[in-house]
Amino acid sequence: MKTHVRRGSIAAALLIPALVLAACGGDDDDSPDNGNGEGQQDGDGGQITLTLSENAIRGGKNTEAAEFIEDWLIPEFEAMKAEEGVDVTVNFEGAGSDDEDYKTAMALDLSTGEGADVLSLDGIWVGEFAQAGYIAPLEEVHPDATSWDGWEQIPEAVQQNMTFDGQLYGIPGGTDGRVIYYNKELFAEAGLPEEWQPTSWEEILEAARALKEIDGVIPIQLNGGVNMGEATTMQGFLPLLVGTGANIWQDDMWLGGSEQVQQVLDLYATIYGEEELGDPLLQQEAAGRDNSFLQFSEGSIGMLLEGDYFWRSVINPTSDLAPMENRDEVVGWAMIPAMEPGAGINGQDFVSMSGGGGHVLNPNTEHPEHAWDLMAFMESPEALMERHADDPRITARTDVNDEIITDEMIRFIADEVLPITAYRPGLEAYPQVSIALQEATEAVVTGMSPADAAAQYQSTLEGIVGAENIAD
Amino acid sequence: MDAAGLGRARASAFVAPALVLIGVFLVFPALWTLYLGVTNWRLTGLAAAEPEFVGLDNYVDALSDDRFLGSLYRTFVFVIGSAIAGQMVLGFIIAWLMRNTTKLIRGLVETLVLIAWILPASVIAWLWLVLLDRRSGTLNAILGTEDTAWLLEYPMQSIIAFNIFNGTAFSMLLFSSALASIPPSQIETAKMSGARTWATLRDVVFPNIRGHILTVLLLVTLWTFNVFAPFLLTGGGPGQETEIFPVLIYRLALQTGELGKGAAFSLIMIIINLAIALIYLRVLRERRQS
Repeated sequence: MKTHVRRGSIAAALLIPALVLAACGGDDDDSPDNGNGEGQQDGDGGQITLTLSENAIRGGKNTEAAEFIEDWLIPEFEAMKAEEGVDVTVNFEGAGSDDEDYKTAMALDLSTGEGADVLSLDGIWVGEFAQAGYIAPLEEVHPDATSWDGWEQIPEAVQQNMTFDGQLYGIPGGTDGRVIYYNKELFAEAGLPEEWQPTSWEEILEAARALKEIDGVIPIQLNGGVNMGEATTMQGFLPLLVGTGANIWQDDMWLGGSEQVQQVLDLYATIYGEEELGDPLLQQEAAGRDNSFLQFSEGSIGMLLEGDYFWRSVINPTSDLAPMENRDEVVGWAMIPAMEPGAGINGQDFVSMSGGGGHVLNPNTEHPEHAWDLMAFMESPEALMERHADDPRITARTDVNDEIITDEMIRFIADEVLPITAYRPGLEAYPQVSIALQEATEAVVTGMSPADAAAQYQSTLEGIVGAENIAD
Repeated sequence: MDAAGLGRARASAFVAPALVLIGVFLVFPALWTLYLGVTNWRLTGLAAAEPEFVGLDNYVDALSDDRFLGSLYRTFVFVIGSAIAGQMVLGFIIAWLMRNTTKLIRGLVETLVLIAWILPASVIAWLWLVLLDRRSGTLNAILGTEDTAWLLEYPMQSIIAFNIFNGTAFSMLLFSSALASIPPSQIETAKMSGARTWATLRDVVFPNIRGHILTVLLLVTLWTFNVFAPFLLTGGGPGQETEIFPVLIYRLALQTGELGKGAAFSLIMIIINLAIALIYLRVLRERRQS
């Protein structure tokens, strides 16, 4: 009897924390008000602490950016401020997670009124963050920002990346473009030309069928599925969609499960269906995108659709993700063709998609002036030259681009791809629509018919934006 | 009825801190979740700034949503498979087999099982990812099953195995001490009357440890129902095949940002938890009275 009682109370003691945890677990998911971070603390003697957040981490994702921030930007900025007689310390809060997880973390930080003073955001998040009241127009947070001399160097189209509802929310960090990368060695082995430029989807498939003959080679990696996140939409679905002549958002309407959507899904079905020109399992793996990078760098993927990020930060010989020592000799690139010549949007033969992020000021920052100085310093010619000297990309500033883009690949993006590119709609609903598109591709990759997947997408879309906002 | 002679006021003062803690950490979050569950609150966008009252829509949606019902079913399979059939049975078998072994073997086995329990779930998840990896996984190397993507082809089985590995120690420990509490004379008597293992278990062991079995059953069920670690292995995928309840809530609330719906689902989860806990407390009380 006695032992029973005692055992019971021990078990009850074990049970109570379980209940408390269950309750807290529920709460953590929902309540943003329990953040108890202290935020920025001003030490005595007027010392100012700023925090900078970016999805970059030394030795991992975007390591070049993290190294630059820690080794050059912060010391230089602190020294610059010290000369002005201000004691500033900058903390870098790096992350190395999937973009979607980073976005969640930033939204949670900002929703509690905390978070870094300066943070990087993808351009397509600006709308939903602004509507949630997490970020505010630059001229409200720091009115002097409008008189920055850098603005005249940043083209209107690039400024659009950080604009919502006619208001500028941050400094854009540049833009990019999408192409088909291919492995020249594998192409040679399959009897394909070394200088290759397909002019229709059929020619991509023909090349894939030729590559299929080589043992152990996955002919093509076309991102699909939800695990790849925005990379599925941006590098997979949308570049194909604009190749059918349709935009996901046109004439103030969203595109439903239309003929063009089906055409794109048909291509997914051809690639991931019976012919197995791509690897359907890879699309569903939790780390599928990273694994596809690795496999391309190891020479077991023939073609891969990606942005210039892939060239700069993934297979760059100095990268930590999937470095390719012989990148410059082995990797070729081609523009993404429309379904057929002239079938793309605006009657184009070739298409691409572009995006870009930037930095915003936290509206709750205690030191908007210094935080702005940090942000502007990051986008100064001096800093951009330092940052991109060995790692060129298309920055937001034309004066810098003219000097740093020496890399043949990046030059190709700037000269050939940007003129024909398209942008995503910066609308609040877009991220949800994007997930619906990813789900449609996933359905096809795992065997659903394109027609059913298109119908499923249509009904999901109706739930997001309402049937009245969908074009047939 | 004032055995301690405290008086009402002083007695209240003594329980007040506990009640405040329970209020702050249990009652308030539950009520707050109840409130959030009737809004369309989102992580971002307009509905983040000005959530609207939507009544019971979230709950109605839940009950007619295939994803919700599917997740409930998968959670059920997961609990039966990993908690009851897995952790409990395996825990008992290990405890039973270790009864008469040498101290060395017993210590070794128990240490290994305990390590699997004590290590953080993230570390264990990493080990399992390496084990089950499609291209260079240990399991494929051992079995010679090259290029088998275990986490994609056998997702539910994989997370069940993972959870059994991770949580068997508790059952094992509890059953070990339970077995030690059986009067040796009863087992000896059974042996002398020629009872086989199964008969001994059925007629001597189980009746003696019935209470323990119930304790393990309910606690392990409760824990497994709430466990989130399988997310680290599969992220809920492929598709929604390993989307057990906690994972569904996480994906809804934080990945797609539907906080209101996530709150409604959380509340349903709290209620299920409470139901299991109530059954448990009830059973305990009956045992004490008997």
